[in-house]
Amino acid sequence: MILAFVEQAGGRPDRSSLEALTFARRLAAGMGVPLGAVLFGADAAAAATELGAYGVGSAWVVEHADLDSYAPAAWGRSVAGLVGVASPSIVLAAGTDRGHEVLAYAAAMVDAPMAANCLEIRPGDSFEVTRQRWGGSLLEDASLAGPVRFVTIAEHATQPQDVPTPLVVKVESFRPSLAESDLRVRVVARVAPEVGKVSLADARVVVGGGRGVGGSEAFSELEELAGLLHGAVGVSRVVTSAGWRPHSQQVGQTGTRIAPDIYIACGISGAIQHIVGCKAAKAILVINTDPEAPIMSRAAYAVIGDLHAVVPAISAEIRRRQAS
Amino acid sequence: MNILVCVKRVPETGGRVSLSADGREIDTRYLGFTVSPHEECATEEAVRLIEANGGSSTVLTLGPETAADQLRAALAIGIDRAILLETDGQDWDPVSTAAAIVAAVRAEAAAGVTYDLLLMGNEAADSGDFQVGIRVALALGLPCINGVKSLEVRDGVATARREAGGGWEVFQVPLPAVVAVREGINLPRYPSVPGRLRAKKKEIERFVPEGRGTGVAAGSSGPAGPDKIRLRLPAETEGRVEILGSGADAAPAVVDLLERIGVLSA
Repeated sequence: MILAFVEQAGGRPDRSSLEALTFARRLAAGMGVPLGAVLFGADAAAAATELGAYGVGSAWVVEHADLDSYAPAAWGRSVAGLVGVASPSIVLAAGTDRGHEVLAYAAAMVDAPMAANCLEIRPGDSFEVTRQRWGGSLLEDASLAGPVRFVTIAEHATQPQDVPTPLVVKVESFRPSLAESDLRVRVVARVAPEVGKVSLADARVVVGGGRGVGGSEAFSELEELAGLLHGAVGVSRVVTSAGWRPHSQQVGQTGTRIAPDIYIACGISGAIQHIVGCKAAKAILVINTDPEAPIMSRAAYAVIGDLHAVVPAISAEIRRRQAS
Repeated sequence: MNILVCVKRVPETGGRVSLSADGREIDTRYLGFTVSPHEECATEEAVRLIEANGGSSTVLTLGPETAADQLRAALAIGIDRAILLETDGQDWDPVSTAAAIVAAVRAEAAAGVTYDLLLMGNEAADSGDFQVGIRVALALGLPCINGVKSLEVRDGVATARREAGGGWEVFQVPLPAVVAVREGINLPRYPSVPGRLRAKKKEIERFVPEGRGTGVAAGSSGPAGPDKIRLRLPAETEGRVEILGSGADAAPAVVDLLERIGVLSA
């Protein structure tokens, strides 16, 4: 069996988990083994029944009075416990914060290694994976030992796809045996997202600024254009390191991954750490004085010129058309 | 309070990466090195916590002799001690890395030095394994919070926040604990000139970690790994750039494009 840790909210499986399940289903079919799932939290049973459409035949819903709130070590202990019951050859999760965390705990608890952010898995005697390094700007082929292989699947690499004939999911409850120490780390409070703000991760348009913007004040030009396009401003690491803008606006390996319809990259040269954060954009428009900037090789469109002249001119043109 | 901060030396990559002839490493002949960004912030956080609460901080790295440069960078901004677990320059997998850190923490304890807080980066910039902190915490019997972008320590309790779905999740644990932070938790300071001079004179404590190069995790009954076979550059989707124009004159062509892809209602 391949056992997948599936994240869900309100009875609906998360998109990244559906990506991982789609990956896992193809892998399971190739290996000739069934696909199972493990879920946590209120409404987990409802989410479990939906997984038949993704090729899951059996699901375990972890039931424990203290586990509805996220508790990484305890969730990991539960997955490790289930390994003893379901005897999977592969345990898998989406490459999310929780996916990495829960699988790392489970792997460590059963003394197994774990490979994070995999793009390919070649099962067999020498179990090999291809995984992301440097946020995906470099790939690593690696072998993974052990009777049980723990892997997370890189986000945004597989399109979720359901099956023509959904399976009927056999849902069982699973009561983990937890040590007191497993429950030390738990979410004790939540702070809801700001209402009405266009989040960088979800924005359809992102106006990006890099070193070429030149200072914190000049970002008002980018803010204006982003406002006209109902988008968000994103920045490169140079900009947050200089203190020009807050880190919450950083796009890249150590910031936010964006996937807009268009990314307008102004005065950004395109270090690989920045590119991995914006490569999921459908199109990149570069505004740069340097036609040789590395980011040009990623761009679909470009304007050669000083962003301080080009960006206000674009805003003015939008206003002119809106007024006419 | 006593804080141990664990850092990793990584190459300073720019716009392009090339690989060594055997395909196992990044070609670093023309590159500088730095501390992985999350860990640079972990180091700054350690300095701030000691400034606010008093106590002592130690920086530790597992790496080649040249990683002493990264330890000195930490000493230059106010870390008190530096420990180098010296390797032969090969990459260590996350299981072996965690085992080496655990062994070092135990050796410190045996010498009478205990830590209230182990600070790490959430994941290393190069290998991105997302697990060393958790493995260290489990082996030492400590709680671990990952992905932290805000940390407060008061009365022996750490309160940490991490981003989740546009909002925040809040965790709280008693010390001692492991906390793995993300860039953005603070803005690291630049070292001062006196700081650099002080750092230059300080002694770096060097040890040879057990299990070097064996691929077998010290003190674990299971296998280490993953075992790197080779690195590869991802296939480039060589796009053709359409130049829309030069300077402000290009604005109408840009707005035409925005209308065409439907992000601006005409």
